[in-house]
Amino acid sequence: MNLVERILARASGRSSVSPDDVVFAKVDRAMLHDVSGPGVIKVFERIAGQGIPTDRLWDPDRVWVAEDHFVPSAEKISAENIARLSEFTSRYGIKNHFRYGMGQYGICHTISHEEAMVMPGDVYVGGDSHTNTTGALGAFACGLGHTDMAYVLLNGQIWFKVPETMYFRLNGRLPSHVMAKDFILKIIGDIGTDGGAYRTMQFGGTGIEEMSLEGRLTLCNMTTEAGAKNGIVRPDQKTVAYLEERMSGAGREAAKVSLGRGGADYSEPDGADSDYAAVYEYEASELEPVVAEPFSPENTRPVSEAPSVELDKSYIGSCTGAKYEDLEAAARILKGRKVRIRTEVLPAAISIYRRAMESGLLKIFLDAGAMVGPPTCGACCGAHMGVLGKDEVCISTTNRNFPGRMGHVESRTYLASPMVAAASAITGRITDPREIVHAA
Amino acid sequence: MEPFRTVRSVATPLDKINVDTDQIVPKQFLKLVQRSGFGKYLFYDWRYESVEGGSGGASVVPRPDFVLNHPRYKGSAILVTGENFGCGSSREHAVWALADYGFRAVIAPSFADIFYNNCFKNGVLPVTLERGEVRDMLKFGGDIEVDLKAGEVRMYSPGSTAGPSHVARFEMEPHRRTVLLEGLDEIAQTLKYEKKISEFERKSGLAESAIPSLPPDKPLRA
Repeated sequence: MNLVERILARASGRSSVSPDDVVFAKVDRAMLHDVSGPGVIKVFERIAGQGIPTDRLWDPDRVWVAEDHFVPSAEKISAENIARLSEFTSRYGIKNHFRYGMGQYGICHTISHEEAMVMPGDVYVGGDSHTNTTGALGAFACGLGHTDMAYVLLNGQIWFKVPETMYFRLNGRLPSHVMAKDFILKIIGDIGTDGGAYRTMQFGGTGIEEMSLEGRLTLCNMTTEAGAKNGIVRPDQKTVAYLEERMSGAGREAAKVSLGRGGADYSEPDGADSDYAAVYEYEASELEPVVAEPFSPENTRPVSEAPSVELDKSYIGSCTGAKYEDLEAAARILKGRKVRIRTEVLPAAISIYRRAMESGLLKIFLDAGAMVGPPTCGACCGAHMGVLGKDEVCISTTNRNFPGRMGHVESRTYLASPMVAAASAITGRITDPREIVHAA
Repeated sequence: MEPFRTVRSVATPLDKINVDTDQIVPKQFLKLVQRSGFGKYLFYDWRYESVEGGSGGASVVPRPDFVLNHPRYKGSAILVTGENFGCGSSREHAVWALADYGFRAVIAPSFADIFYNNCFKNGVLPVTLERGEVRDMLKFGGDIEVDLKAGEVRMYSPGSTAGPSHVARFEMEPHRRTVLLEGLDEIAQTLKYEKKISEFERKSGLAESAIPSLPPDKPLRA
């Protein structure tokens, strides 16, 4: 069995599972946010009307709640939703509710790793399609709709069809100007936005072993754009160190992070190619900065071949592109330079914001002329705080560029890495970071 | 939920691939949580355009070139569309909007996973057919009949009183077919088996899971 099969076998109490088996799996962690939370509350109200008891959750300590899409409250309806969310968490005794303006908060997928909410080998579900992100910690992580989430909250289980696994092997370390974002855009361009439909996308090989946890998170985040059920990376000592550091940072008891559950060791090397439905090989040295043109993440091409487009804005934010290392990479390019177009930087969680402040990154951004905003899904989902108007063109570190995703249906978004977004902020057109660094 | 009955109507052709849930219901309506009334927001940005009137004060008018606004498709209960329908955000509002608008079935060569699952929770039947057959239906002007019990989609040529001009077959997992045909609520249905599930858990040792819970009093980072 491969990694996902082993996790799903463990969670469903079976000795083995194969692709297409339908299993009833125990859920280890579940997450709601300010869009799926009110949706789930609505489902609760409906089924309560049918006489199904909704007075307690299966385990409130395994459920956590984020406020991210419409915060800081964009207008009065979102403010009311936040109030509903607070009522919900206090009514059901959910203690892990990350409230904006009260210490740590941020985009749910970022909180999942910054606060070590998910452990290797977990089955983790969330009311958001980018729940796939957290598979980078070695968990089976996927998104569910509101009704399915309501079911999980009441029962702690859900059925899955065991997905086939596509294995993406990265040989060698990524060049310094190429980021995980470039790699995943390249993959989506190769397999298409439904290329991973109902499959697992697993990443491995020497390039992934060398890659930081944050790079791995970027890869798994955008498996959603390939239609995948989930993305996953085998957990290793880096995963352990990353999680242990965050647990003690959060004032939690310094627990040892385990690489296994119930006797399993999920850090065992990825098996033979025959364990996977398909294997794709990539040479890191051949990769280069990539953009996805409007209006699909699969419309990729190398930045070196990108059209000369006048940009209106550079957006460095979201669970995909505003982790600490993303900001650090953008700051390396922006340091000592000035932006030519509107540039927004929104760290994805308060913990990242704080680190960026302490290490001086925020000063670099401000000196360059960029603005720094609070953690929020914000304009990534076109909600608020920097949405695009008609005909506006944006280069963005986010994950989707469907029509109207970031605002007006006739605005245009180019998806890129934080380095490309930063380099483009300086020139006002889509720019390879090497152009900036070499010019210095 | 209402049981799924055979639906026959003119089919609305939406000839686009990768229609994402943000096109089905744009994000500005996600804040609303009532499940009824979402139909008016269905395909909002394609269906309406704003006319000048200042920011916030702009009013919207239907775009005459968008298929839903064509009088011919008024009252249609079947949507025919391209590959990977419902990709993107997991928002269940997308299915709420389709159902509230009156669509009982969506026919496409493929669907995005979370959207596909959400359909069954809301009495909407997603039908997967061969790409070639879907292409024919996109160009077809007549009535289409979706019969879940028989697993058939029938095409009736306009004006003809004869039988169907073409019959396409589709498959559906038995459990999901039952859920729709009997109008069962998946939550209610699974809860019927609660006793069996607990018994299974006891036997398999799952009930005494060794997985630790999150510490209940984890302080938030200052």
